[in-house]
Amino acid sequence: MSESVSKVYGLIAEFETPAATMRAAEQLRDLGFQRWDVFSPYPVHGMDQAMGLKNSKVGWFSFIGGATGYTLGMVMIWWMNAADYPIVVGGKPFFSPFSAFPPSYELTILLGAFGALFGMLFLNRLPRLHHPLLKHRRFALASHDRFFIVIETADPKYQPEATRKLLESLGSTRVEPVEE
Amino acid sequence: MQVSTQVEVPVPPPELARVPLVANNRPLGWISDAVARISEIKTPTWWWIAFGISFTMMLVCFAMIAYLMSTGVGVWGLGHPVMWGWAIVNFVWWIGIGHAGTLISAILFLLRQRWRTAVNRAAEAMTIFAVMCAGIFPVIHVGRIWLAWWLFPLPNANNIWPQFRSPLMWDVFAVSTYFTVSVLFWYLGLIPDLAVYRDRARTKVRQFLYGLFALGWTGSNRHWSNYEKAYLILAGLSTPLVLSVHSIVSLDFAVSQLPGWHTTIFPPYFVAGAIFSGFGMVLTLLIPIRKLCGLEDIITKRHVELMCKVTLATGSIVGYAYGMEVFIAWYSGNPYERYAFWNRAFGPYWWAYWIMIACNVVIPQLFWFRKVRQNMLVVWILSVLVNVGMWFERFVIVVTTLAREFLPANWGFYAPTWVDICTYLGTFGLFFTFFLLFMRFLPVIAIAEVKGVTPQADPHHPLGGAREGGHHG
Repeated sequence: MSESVSKVYGLIAEFETPAATMRAAEQLRDLGFQRWDVFSPYPVHGMDQAMGLKNSKVGWFSFIGGATGYTLGMVMIWWMNAADYPIVVGGKPFFSPFSAFPPSYELTILLGAFGALFGMLFLNRLPRLHHPLLKHRRFALASHDRFFIVIETADPKYQPEATRKLLESLGSTRVEPVEE
Repeated sequence: MQVSTQVEVPVPPPELARVPLVANNRPLGWISDAVARISEIKTPTWWWIAFGISFTMMLVCFAMIAYLMSTGVGVWGLGHPVMWGWAIVNFVWWIGIGHAGTLISAILFLLRQRWRTAVNRAAEAMTIFAVMCAGIFPVIHVGRIWLAWWLFPLPNANNIWPQFRSPLMWDVFAVSTYFTVSVLFWYLGLIPDLAVYRDRARTKVRQFLYGLFALGWTGSNRHWSNYEKAYLILAGLSTPLVLSVHSIVSLDFAVSQLPGWHTTIFPPYFVAGAIFSGFGMVLTLLIPIRKLCGLEDIITKRHVELMCKVTLATGSIVGYAYGMEVFIAWYSGNPYERYAFWNRAFGPYWWAYWIMIACNVVIPQLFWFRKVRQNMLVVWILSVLVNVGMWFERFVIVVTTLAREFLPANWGFYAPTWVDICTYLGTFGLFFTFFLLFMRFLPVIAIAEVKGVTPQADPHHPLGGAREGGHHG
């Protein structure tokens, strides 16, 4: 495939400071762009609001994990010590929620933690080892000290020239196309 | 639409301005460079020497375990009535060490202690390796190690399941959950920093491996949003976890009927002691690291001072617990309980008790003095003594109680053998082998998190590009 046929993934605009990036993000949010993102070496405080992002849904994954863990622990201990092979210990009831609590508590945390990590990865569609941006030569700076805004060509509001001009007017020091 | 009209934020007077966490006003890129440098330069000679010693000690540990497995637990100093010797002492000690890592990564995160960012990565690594060392002991202590799977919720040859009224069973769940969640939390924090290493990689191997483990992280804000939520939840889950782990470890003792063990103060007392010993170990590790790796601007003296203060606070809680134990023993009017504590202080193991009191209660009081906290060599020596003291605390708890229980006919004296000693020293080899590998190949500082607490990272700070008056709008 030759250079000329390669599809454009989007426009990448470089910024020097978090404040400049945030100002630009607020504008893009208000202009109603959909398929765009901000890239930064650390989570910028307040950027979620500047981009108009909703509260993350990771909590639900963790909650489901935790609830599963607690139920699993209680049911497992009841089944093992009271149903499948009842054991008498000190003449006490076969199943007691009190002595079953500590392992169930630990399983709540264990599966809740798996829910948080894997929920985060699922929502972010990671791992994804190939991404058009990772091939862009300046993009490595996004993990160093630079800030980037990328508007994808798939955005309904994307227009090659107008969007480039817009990004430049928002204070970007350098706007370049990113190939697919 | 855009809400903000210029909001005037008054600039604080200079004497109230916060001291930046990263010294010398280092730019964001410098942080990546300073941390990544450690694994990009040629391996220093000190590293090879330290690694050689640690690796040899680790092999000694494995040899001791092989000897134990092939011969039996009789190679240790165990014998009636002291059937829990150094193995359990070491188990409790190592797992306690891990607790500071989780305190720093989880509890200080929830408390918005931003200085934690400079130390949390190394402390979390310490947690993981300490729990690995801890986990070895109960497993090899069971005697017939090939039956250690009885600890797991699996039916044995008679189809009987483990019984869950035993705190030893709770311990299996607590410790394995603790290890797993610590690894998950550590890895979650590592993802953005592995991406930093990937983006800097110059060789194919580094590009491939860091790239693989960075999972394709791009630093997208949509990703950061989910990431920060996951981080917060893991911190929220790790906080009750870390408090439960040493509580459950203490229940291994407290649920039994023995004088000196059967007390309700054990869970909080163990947790405080765990955090105390863990901070001791964090200081022992980080003071040399900041020097050897040239990280004095990230792990500043102020960080060390703050950790000294936590050590002082937890050490004082431990001192209070010792006092309260003695008081309750007297107040209970129970002759066995009273004897247990008299015996600890003045019986055949009096020296262990007084080493414990000296190292855990008296010596940390020196941290009241700023001069002491500012002197890195002194802090390092005191931190080592804290570790020594906490090891003796576990020794006192485990051994004095077992050696002198209710009936004098059941009394005995316990002393370790050379195998006990070499196994324990060997776990240091294991710990430091992993820690040195971590230092060499992974970011010892949470790069992205440290960047996030600098003023130039704050969009509302003039250094972060905010306009006059401190607002970005």
